[in-house]
Parts: sequence; structure tokens; C-alpha cells
Amino acid sequence: MAQKSIEQTRNSGTDLNIDWINAQQANTSAIERRASSLGARRSVKKHYQTAWLLKAITCIDLTTLSGDDTAERVKRLCDKAKQPVRANIIEALGLDNIAVGAVCVYHDMVETAVERLAGSGIPVAAVSTGFPAGLSPLRLRILEIEESVKAGAREIDIVISRRHVLNQNWQALYDEVQAFRQACGPAHMKAILATGELGSLRNVARASMVAMMAGADFIKTSTGKESVNATLPVSLVMVRAIRNFYEETGQYVGYKPAGGISKAKDALTYLSLIKEELGHPWLNNDMFRFGASSLLGDIERQLEHHVTGAYSATYRHALA
Amino acid sequence: MDIKKIMEKMDYGTAPEAVDEAQNWLLGHKNRFGHFIDGAFTEPEACFTTYNPADRSVLAEISQASESSLDKAVASAQSAFQSWSQEAPHKRAKSLYALARLLQKHSRLFATLETLDNGKPIRESRDIDIPLAQRHFYYHAGMAQLMPIEMPERMPLGICGQIIPWNFPLLMLAWKVAPALAMGNTVVLKPAEYTSLTALLFGEICNEAGLPKGVVNIVTGDGAVGERIVTHQDIQKIAFTGSTEVGRKIRQATAGSGKSLTLELGGKSPFIVFDDADLDSAVEGLVDSIWFNQGQVCCAGSRLLVQEGIAEKLIHKIKTRMGTLRIGSPLDKSIDIGAIIDPIQHKRISDMVNSADAGDVFQAQCETKEEGCFYPPTLITGLSPADPLMQEEIFGPVLTTTTFRTPKEAIALANNTTYGLAASIWSENINLCLGIAPKIQAGVIWINGANMFDANAGFGGMKESGFGREGGKEGLLAYTKPKRSRELIGNIKPFEGSIAASEHIDRTAKLYIGGKQSRPDSGYSHPVFDADGKFIAHVPKANRKDIRNAVEAANAAASWSATTGHQRAQILYYMGENLSARAAEFAVLLDRFTGKSDGELEVEQSIERLFAFAAYADKFSGELRDVPIRGMALKTHEPCGIIGAICPQKSPLLGLITVLAAGLSMGNRMILVASEISPLVATELYQILDTSDVPKGSVSILTGSHQDLAAPLAAHMDIAALWSFSSTEVSKIVETQSALNLKRTWVNHGYETDWEALDYSEFLTESIEPKTIWIPFGEG
Repeated sequence: MAQKSIEQTRNSGTDLNIDWINAQQANTSAIERRASSLGARRSVKKHYQTAWLLKAITCIDLTTLSGDDTAERVKRLCDKAKQPVRANIIEALGLDNIAVGAVCVYHDMVETAVERLAGSGIPVAAVSTGFPAGLSPLRLRILEIEESVKAGAREIDIVISRRHVLNQNWQALYDEVQAFRQACGPAHMKAILATGELGSLRNVARASMVAMMAGADFIKTSTGKESVNATLPVSLVMVRAIRNFYEETGQYVGYKPAGGISKAKDALTYLSLIKEELGHPWLNNDMFRFGASSLLGDIERQLEHHVTGAYSATYRHALA
Repeated sequence: MDIKKIMEKMDYGTAPEAVDEAQNWLLGHKNRFGHFIDGAFTEPEACFTTYNPADRSVLAEISQASESSLDKAVASAQSAFQSWSQEAPHKRAKSLYALARLLQKHSRLFATLETLDNGKPIRESRDIDIPLAQRHFYYHAGMAQLMPIEMPERMPLGICGQIIPWNFPLLMLAWKVAPALAMGNTVVLKPAEYTSLTALLFGEICNEAGLPKGVVNIVTGDGAVGERIVTHQDIQKIAFTGSTEVGRKIRQATAGSGKSLTLELGGKSPFIVFDDADLDSAVEGLVDSIWFNQGQVCCAGSRLLVQEGIAEKLIHKIKTRMGTLRIGSPLDKSIDIGAIIDPIQHKRISDMVNSADAGDVFQAQCETKEEGCFYPPTLITGLSPADPLMQEEIFGPVLTTTTFRTPKEAIALANNTTYGLAASIWSENINLCLGIAPKIQAGVIWINGANMFDANAGFGGMKESGFGREGGKEGLLAYTKPKRSRELIGNIKPFEGSIAASEHIDRTAKLYIGGKQSRPDSGYSHPVFDADGKFIAHVPKANRKDIRNAVEAANAAASWSATTGHQRAQILYYMGENLSARAAEFAVLLDRFTGKSDGELEVEQSIERLFAFAAYADKFSGELRDVPIRGMALKTHEPCGIIGAICPQKSPLLGLITVLAAGLSMGNRMILVASEISPLVATELYQILDTSDVPKGSVSILTGSHQDLAAPLAAHMDIAALWSFSSTEVSKIVETQSALNLKRTWVNHGYETDWEALDYSEFLTESIEPKTIWIPFGEG
């Protein structure tokens, strides 16, 4: 599927508004209650389930972020990104080929990925700014963005300084994210909040708001390296922040939960969360991504089940 | 089906729950049901049709119980009671445990049957109704097991007539049946005529669980059957959940019968949102509140009170959220709002909404099916407290709203209703939430939440939302009575004599109202004689205006109810001290009035009584309940408010002091009617009250005819509870007249109270309103 341009709706940010940040509330118990009933409130079955799972695939940032990544490994991942589902399954479902949302790698692998994906329309996303901790010198973090953009990354996943959130230093957080956004230039910026390290859902809500004010195109939960990554309660808080930002400014910001989403059923719940809380404009890969590596495999099995009526096995689906 | 198209639109499609098993069960009964009596289904009689509200399809034919069917059910319950009440508690625990397990094993059958019969979304019956019903049986299996240890002084009441509504058919059955059985009672239960099916299935389950025949009997039919249950001579207890209108009739019909009664009635519960609340979560709370079960919930947060500064923002959020509610086939797993129970109810809701001549009506643009009984989520903004829709229960998915400026105003608006069932408070400020919770007159408070229920947390109302609690230990009080044996008081008459001039200076007994002695409004007095027929004095004949004045004075003394237990204790101790100082004088008075010689003992006992209730003032103070949330449920003990009490004719000092001290110790303001035989003991107490720092108006004492004063006391809308330790006739008057505002009553039906070996817990329990405050918490 070709990438749609969202340049005309790209978030241009706002001034830092401390009052508005401080007005953000997040009642943990109430949020958990809503999150826990989400999966039970909506049920997507049969053809609809299949379509939703295919949609989920198009929203996956297929990711490898390991110290032992090699060029060959990244090439394999890119090939999987181009044909994520076995051809005869896609055919049986009456579709042309589909592709994932992006391939997500470290800076050193950007060139390899860009080359391998050439012509596919699939963007390469680079994690950046001293990922995952974000504690290298600011100058170098900005430089890292610039280098990745130069290498062909169309998306940059930055990490914020958690200490600014923990110290409620909103000005510092705003300045930092704004500087990153500037460095990104035409590349779209996903701001990773590392929600598992922010201490409270209220902090998640407030950090989300600051990142959006500073011009983030996406807000993203986690690096995948924290002990707690994407959860439904955190997601609820972040998508509500996106909705509030939209209601106040008319600007669209995308959402990317990352880490810990590995089951097809979870993917359905996340999509219905987006549909319920944000609505249809967010149900596409311009506005929504899964940061996931093993989710695809489970979805593939479910799709084959839909086609054959029998439960599938892992070995029947191509490795990345 | 074009998958590509779905990928574009991302619709949910349909996800219907299969109903084959439920249909098979109905077929197995040839879609015709008799009653479940004595462990078996009777031959169907005088059948009426029960429909699926979602599509008006016929589900089954249900029997209308005749008088003889009901008699059979009661007789069966009666004979079962002989053995069931004597069973070892462990045996009863095992039966309840078996019922809990069977409800789990057949959970999907119950859920689908409930949704077919009631029209509620399958998600709700599957995830809320049925699990809560199971939980209720588990919890009460435990209560059955622990009864001899935890409630050694209590025994079962007998046969319980239970009448339940159509909005939560199986859950309300569980709330009624589980505690009744746990305490050794047997039941005759009538489900609502619209929704009999899960109750009948439950009957079958009782047999599977090996419950002895007759312990549970299910009779079906309409309100006429309910009326017969209410007036049936062999039933000892009526438990009713339903409308306030019917509750009032039941109160009148059972008045003076000696039947124990609990009523769980209507509501117009406030949902209060402060400007520092998590607004998105508050909106979701509203969804769980007024758009739960199509708004057909007695404790629905139907009255939104929102702080002015955030009103516009919140209303916008609510309207947006209303747009994503899905209304339609209740069997679809992705439906939020199912069908209204019956076209009659649908019309009632429509008529009420259409009658609104104030406010703006907003209805969500949901796709609604043509056939079936669906009503869209509705929000009416811009209403004032004076508008009828802000006052009347709509019992549908209709939210009405108004604004407030300050916490104080929020409390005033919240309490500005004849109901008092539940309230929901939203703020991130714990000081505000916990400060407001005690000030709202409602049996259940949810902080940053809504519609949380558990078997271990009491549920029930104040004011015209009824009386009695379901759940928790307080719920078991409604299914037990004290073990002691009681005797009838018999007919007691004042001593007679003839008026003769006294050599002493004439004593002028007056009424005691608002801390002052005052002459009766009537201007009439009557003579009182001692045991020897000697004239003692004239005492005033109080009338309804004196009652009015006493209530006014009690209202002015509202701060008494906010004092600390320690302060109340000090005043009661001080009364004891002052009575002790005049002990000899009172002993003489008592001997003279009663013609006996145990006055000294009675004074001593009275002083001790004051000490005992002083001791309880800061010790009978609620508890923490273990409920399945992260957070806590607090059971608090709040004063009832103004309690009227008609004191016993005998034990004129000890009786009056007991009643007074019990009420005061828990923070109530007391209006007492003295013994008719020895009223001067009461009038002599005025000075003791004056010298003991008892706040003006917190105690008023009237003299006069019990029979004459009972009615105006019972009918006074501002008296929260009324006790009578007088005659059978007075008990009946109290219960009959109390129906007007459904105040709590506690009457002796002409039986003796053991004033010497007092059942303290009974007095304390009658002196408080239990309130359950749900406090979910946690962060990070």
C-alpha cells in the first residue's frame, strides 16, 4: 500500500502552555477499569476480524533493535516487511500484496534497509537520540537524527529525557523535543516517552501533552527496553491526550504503542481502543503504528486459520 | 464479503452470541412453565406470554400464580423451614457453595437466557450480572458457615416472601435468596412478570445442588401475586426491590402485621464532577452509570452535577462519547445499549423526555433498529433543580444535568431530592472526596467510580429509596432476629384517682423543646395519679404543632450530628454524673409513680446505661470491607438524623434513658414521647439535660397520648426514623403512617423489651445508617 502524505496535516506544535499541562489528570483506577473492559466491550469476528488483522499488519513497524543485528539480518527483515503474509493466503483472501507500516532499525542499519526497501514505498524508521536511555550529549543526539535523515530514514523515533518529566521540568522537555523535531526536518518524528519509567499515568498524560506541543508527529509508549512497555491503561492515557490536543488545536498526532504486543487478539483490542477513543481518522498507518516484532507471526497464523478453518502452526509462515 | 472494503471502513460487523442452549432449555420445557414449588415444576396455569424485548418474539408462556398455588409454595417453604433452620451451618454452607459452583458451570446459559428475556447486552449479563450473582452465593456460603460464630445471638426469621424487579433478574434473586438461605430461612420468590426465566432455571439448579425441597420456591405472575405474598399470613418477612410507589403500598399493607420488611426502591442519584477531576474517566464513569443496562438501574447516576468552570468542556466530551455508544441487538457482543424491557417502559421514558419544557435534549445519532424496543442515549442539559426531570426518576438512558459553583452547593444539590440511594463523586483531591462523602445522604458512595457492587459491601438507600441493606453483615440483619424469647406487654393503663388539692406548691410540668420548657400548643393538660390514686400533677398534652416545633429545634441542632464520638461520650457521661447526684430523689419518684420499690435499682441501671452508650459513642464506628478492587470499601456509621421515639410505659426512667442515650451516642437528635403512666419522670429529667451541656434542640421530650402522637410523628417528613416501645396499636399506626416518606421504623408490635439485659447491638444498629463508601485508589 502506498504511503499517503500527511504533510498538510502534520502537527506544527504550539507554545508551551503550563496551565494546560497541569490541568491534565489521570485517575489510575478509573483508567484501569475502562482499559479492562475494552476487550470485552467490542468483539470482531470472522471476515471483520480478518480485515482488522490485515489492517494491523499494515500498521506494524517491523523492528529489529539488537546489538547483534547485521546487514543480512536487516535485509531478511526488509523482505518480510514487503511480503508479510504467505502469498497463497493473501490470494485466498482476495487481496493484492500488503506491506507493513515501516521497518525500524538502529542508525547503522538505515542505509541497508533503505536500499533493500527501495521501490516498495515502505519507510525506514531509525531509533535515535541515544536510544534507549537518551543520556548522550544533546549535541550528539541531534547529530544522530541528522545523520539518520541523511542516510534516508523517513521516520525518527526519538527518546525523551525521563528526568525532565520526573522533575516536572516541562520547559526543558519542550525545548529538547522541539530541538529534535527541528533536526528531523522532513522526517516524521515519533516521541518515545518510556512510560514505564515515568512513575504515574498523570506524568504520562502531561509528558504526552508537552511532546505534542513541541511538535511530535507521533507519541510512542516505549523503547521496548523498559521493564514495562505498552499497556492498555498507558495507551488509554496517551490516546486521550491526543484527542484532547486535537480538540484544543485541531492538529492530528499519531500513536504508537511499542513492546509487549504479541498476540493477534491484543492487536484487535488496540485497534478498537483507537476506534473508540480517537475514531476512524486514526485507523491507518499514517496515524497509528504497532512497535512489534513477534505480533506478525501470531496474526499470520490467525489469517491461515480464517482461510483453512484449521488452526495453524508457526513453521508454516516465513521467518523474518 | 469484501475484506478490502472492511479494511477501509473498519466496522465492527456483528458478533452474535449463540442462543441454541437457551432455546433448547426452553424447548425442553415446551416453552411453558409452571411454578417451581417443593422442588418440582407445577402444571402451568393461567399463562401469560413472556417476550424477548429486542424483537418481541415469544419466548415462553409463564403461569400466573393462583391463591392456592401460592399457598402451596408457602406451605412447602414452611415445612422445609422446620429442618432447614435446624441444619448444621456447614450443611447450609455446602448447599450455597454448590449453588455458586452451579451458577459458574451454567454461566453462559444463564447469561444468554437473561439477555433473551431482559434485553440487556450480553456483555453485561455475561461479565457483570452472572459473576456478581455467583459471588453473592460464594460470599453467603461463608456467612452460612460462620453464622454460629459471628452471629451467635441471631436466628432465622422463617419464610421470606421476596419480590424482585426485572432490571437484574438473576442478580436480584441472588441478593435475596443467598442471605435468606445462609441464615436458615426458606423463601418464596416472585420474579418480575417480564423476566421469570432465569429464576425458573435457578429453581432447577437448586435441585442439582441438592437443596432440600421447599427451601426455594419460585412463583411467577404479576403484581397481584406480589400483593398476595405481601399479605400472606404465614410469611414472616417481605423483601422488595422495585419502585418507590409500590414500596409505599407494601409498607402500608404490612403495617402492624409484625412482618419484617426491607425495601430497596428508586433513586435519582447524583453524579458530581469537580473541576479537578479526570474528565475523560468521569465520562466513562457516566457510561457505566446511566448507560449501563439502558439506564434501568435504581442507582444510576442520572443527575449530573458539574462544576460551572468545566461544564462546557465536560458536556462536549459526553456528547462525543455518546456518539460511539452502540445500540442494538443485545446478543451482539459489541453492543453497549440493548433493548428497553417493554413498550410500556419505552413510552414512559419517551413521554417524560418529551414533556421537558426546559433544557436542551441531545440524543446520540446511533443507528437504531425499527422493530424492538430501543431508546437512544439521551442528555438533557441546561436544567434547573426545579425542573421535574431533575427530580423524577426516568429509569431509562437519560442523563439530566445542572451546574454548581462550590462544594457546599454540590452537597446541597445532591441532597435536594426525596431519594437517597447512591452518589458518585469525581475529583483528584482526596480531601474534597472524603470530605463530601459523609455529607451526601445516600447509602452508597462511589469515589471516582460508579456502580461498583460486591456481596461484602452493603447496598441500600436512605429517605424514599427505602430501608435495609443487602450485602455485608448488615444485609444479614434483615434475615435474622434476636434469639431471645419475647412476651406481650399486655394492656397497661395509667393509674386513676381523683384530683385533690396538694399541700405542696403546684408543680408545673411542661414540654421540653429546643432546650426550653414550653407550654403545649393545645393549652390542654391532664392529671397524673400515683399508684395509690393520689393526684401528682398535670402534664401537658402535646399535639402535632409541638412535634413540628421539636423538629424545627432539632433541625437547628444539626451540628450535634457532626460532633465527634468523644464529645458525645462526654455529654452522656456527664448526664450520668448529674443523674447520679440526684439518684435518691429519682428513686423516690419512681417508687411513687410505679407503686413498686425498685426505684433505686432503676436509677442505678439508668446511670450505667448512660455510661455504656457513652462508651459506645466512639467505638461503634464502622469497618473496612474487603472487596475485589484495588482500594477499599468503608462501611461507615452515620446518624439517621432526627429520630422520634415513643418510650415504654413501664421502666419509665430506664426505658427513656436507654432510648435517649442510644440515639444521642450515635449523633442523632431525639424527639421522645414519655411514658403515659409516669410522664413526670421524664419532665424531671429536663434539669439534668440542662445541666449536662446537652445541646439545645438535640433532645426534645413530649408528654401526651402515644396513640395521638404516633401518627403526626410517623407522618412528619423531616423525621428520619421512628421507634415505638408502646402498644400494638401504636406500632401499627407508626408503620402505616411512615409510608408517607418511607421512614425507617422500629416497633415492638406490643412485645416487651428487656430493658435490663439490653441487646445493645440492636439499639446501636437502629441508631445508625450504614453507608458504603467505595474508594478505589492507587497510582504508578
